[in-house]
Amino acid sequence: MDYNPTVMEHFMNPRNVGELENADGIGTVGNEQCGDVMRVFLKIENDIVVDVSFKTFGCGAAVATSSMATELIKGKSITEVMQVTNKTVLDALDGLPAVKRHCSVLAEDAVRAALWDYAQKQGIVIEGLEPPPEREHEH
Amino acid sequence: MLYLDNAATSPMRPQVFAAMLPYLQENFYNPSSVYSPARKVRAAIDDTRAFIGDALGVSSEEIFFTSGGTESDNWAIKGTLEKATRGRHIVTSAAEHHGILYVCKHLEKNGCEVTYLDVDGEGFVNAQDLARALRDDTALVSVMLANNEVGTIQPIAEMAEIARQRGVPFHTDAVQAVGHIPINISELGVDMLSFSAHKFGGPKGIGVMYIKKGTPVFPLFWGGAQERSKRAGTENVAGIVGMGEALKITLEELPTEITRVSALRDKLIAEILREIPHTSLNGATGDKRLPGNVNVSFRFIEGESVLLILDMQGCCASTGSACSSGSLEPSHVLTAMGISPEMANGAIRFSLGAANSENDIYALMQILKPAVEKLRMLSPLYDDYLKNNKGS
Repeated sequence: MDYNPTVMEHFMNPRNVGELENADGIGTVGNEQCGDVMRVFLKIENDIVVDVSFKTFGCGAAVATSSMATELIKGKSITEVMQVTNKTVLDALDGLPAVKRHCSVLAEDAVRAALWDYAQKQGIVIEGLEPPPEREHEH
Repeated sequence: MLYLDNAATSPMRPQVFAAMLPYLQENFYNPSSVYSPARKVRAAIDDTRAFIGDALGVSSEEIFFTSGGTESDNWAIKGTLEKATRGRHIVTSAAEHHGILYVCKHLEKNGCEVTYLDVDGEGFVNAQDLARALRDDTALVSVMLANNEVGTIQPIAEMAEIARQRGVPFHTDAVQAVGHIPINISELGVDMLSFSAHKFGGPKGIGVMYIKKGTPVFPLFWGGAQERSKRAGTENVAGIVGMGEALKITLEELPTEITRVSALRDKLIAEILREIPHTSLNGATGDKRLPGNVNVSFRFIEGESVLLILDMQGCCASTGSACSSGSLEPSHVLTAMGISPEMANGAIRFSLGAANSENDIYALMQILKPAVEKLRMLSPLYDDYLKNNKGS
C-alpha cells in the first residue's frame, strides 16, 4: 500500500494510544466485517478536550487517522472539535491512497460518537452533533 | 530481505534468465517467418512444447501457450461457453481464484447460470456435491487444483471422473500446483488445465492452457495461425523458453523439495501456534496442503497492519484482509470456509519456496511475535476480550 511518510510515521508511532480512566465520553465505531473498529476516549473539562486517547483495530490508514485525529482535537474546545472533519484529518496526513480515504471518515465518526456519549451523560445538546451510526452498520 | 510470498510470484532462476536472453537478443526472429534463422526460433518453441507435454503426461499438441493463468482461466470458461451446445450452466466452487469467479459473475449477467459449490472448513469441495450439481444443461465444471490462499489440494481426479461420466468438460486452475506437487494431467483426467510460469521460477506473462484433444472450445484471441489457430498472436518466445527451463529445473528438484518445503511449512505453523496465542491455522494439514503454504489468522488484529510492520523490517507476505484489497469484504476464500470476518481480516499468508531455509522461519518469528503483540495493544477488540474473560 502506497502510504506517504506522514501516514507511515503515525502508523509506526501512533500518538495517544490507550484507554483513559474515568473518561467523560467514549465512542466506538466501525465493524469487524470491513476490518476496522475505532474507540475514542475523551476527558473534557469546561468544554475543553483536556485529554484524548484511542484504540483501533484496522489497517495502516485506520491507525494513522486515529492517531492524527486525536492529535488534532487535543486541547480544543468542543466547538473547535466539531469543526474537525475527515477532510481535516486527511489534509493533516498529507492524504491517503484513494481506496483508503473511507478510513478517515471512521476517525471523524469515532470522535463524534465519543462527544455524543459525553453529551448524553451530561444531559446537554451539542450544536450540529448527530447520534453515532449503529455498530453493525458499515461506516 | 525475507521473501515469504512465493505464491504471489517466485524469484526467477539464473539459469532461466540465461536461457531466455538469446531469444531477446540474437534470436529475435518471428517464429512464423520462413527463413532459416526464424526456423531456429520455431524449433525452440516446438522443443519446449514437447518437453512440457512429456513432463505433464500429455501430448504436446494439447499444450497451448498463453499469457498466463488468468488468460487460460478466462479462455477455458468463455471459450467453452461460447461453443457449448448442452446449455449455459457452469459449476465451479466458491473458493476459486478471481480469474475464474469474475468471469462467471460476468457471464451470469449475460444469460449463464452458475452453481458455486460450497467448501468445508478446510477448503475442500465435496465431490458428491458436484455430482448433485451437474445437470443436462451443464456446459462446464471448473474447480481449482490447489487453492492460492490456503493451499488446499482438491480431489480433482475424483471430480473429473464424475463430470466425465456425465459428459461435461472439466477445467482445473492448476496455477498454484504445477511445479509444487507432482502432476500427470492424463491421470487427473481433466479436459483443460491452466498454469503460469512465474509461480515456479519462470518469467511473468507466460503460461499454458492444456486442452485435451477433441474438447470443444473456441479461441479467446482470433487472428494469426499461431498455436494451431487456437491462440492468435506472435509468440512470447523468450517467455516460452524460460518457462520450459524453469519447469525442467523445478521438476528435477521436486521430489526432494516437496519433503524439504513441507517440513519447513510444518515447522513455521507449529512455531506460530506455539508462540502466539489466539491464532489459528486456515486450511488443511499434511499432504492435502501445498508444501509451501502457511495461512494463519491472528485474532483481534488486522492483516494489512501486520504486513506493514513486517515490511518495515524487510519481510514480504500477504493477507486476506478487506483493507488490503481496498474492498470492504475480507477474503472470499476464508469467508467460504466459514471463517468469521474478524478472523479473516487477521489472516496472513506466508508462502515458502526454493530459496527459503529454516533460518528464515526463526528470522520471521523474531519480527512476527512483537508485531502481533504491538497491534493487539492497539486493538479495542483485544481490550473487550480481556474484559470479558477477566478471572475466567
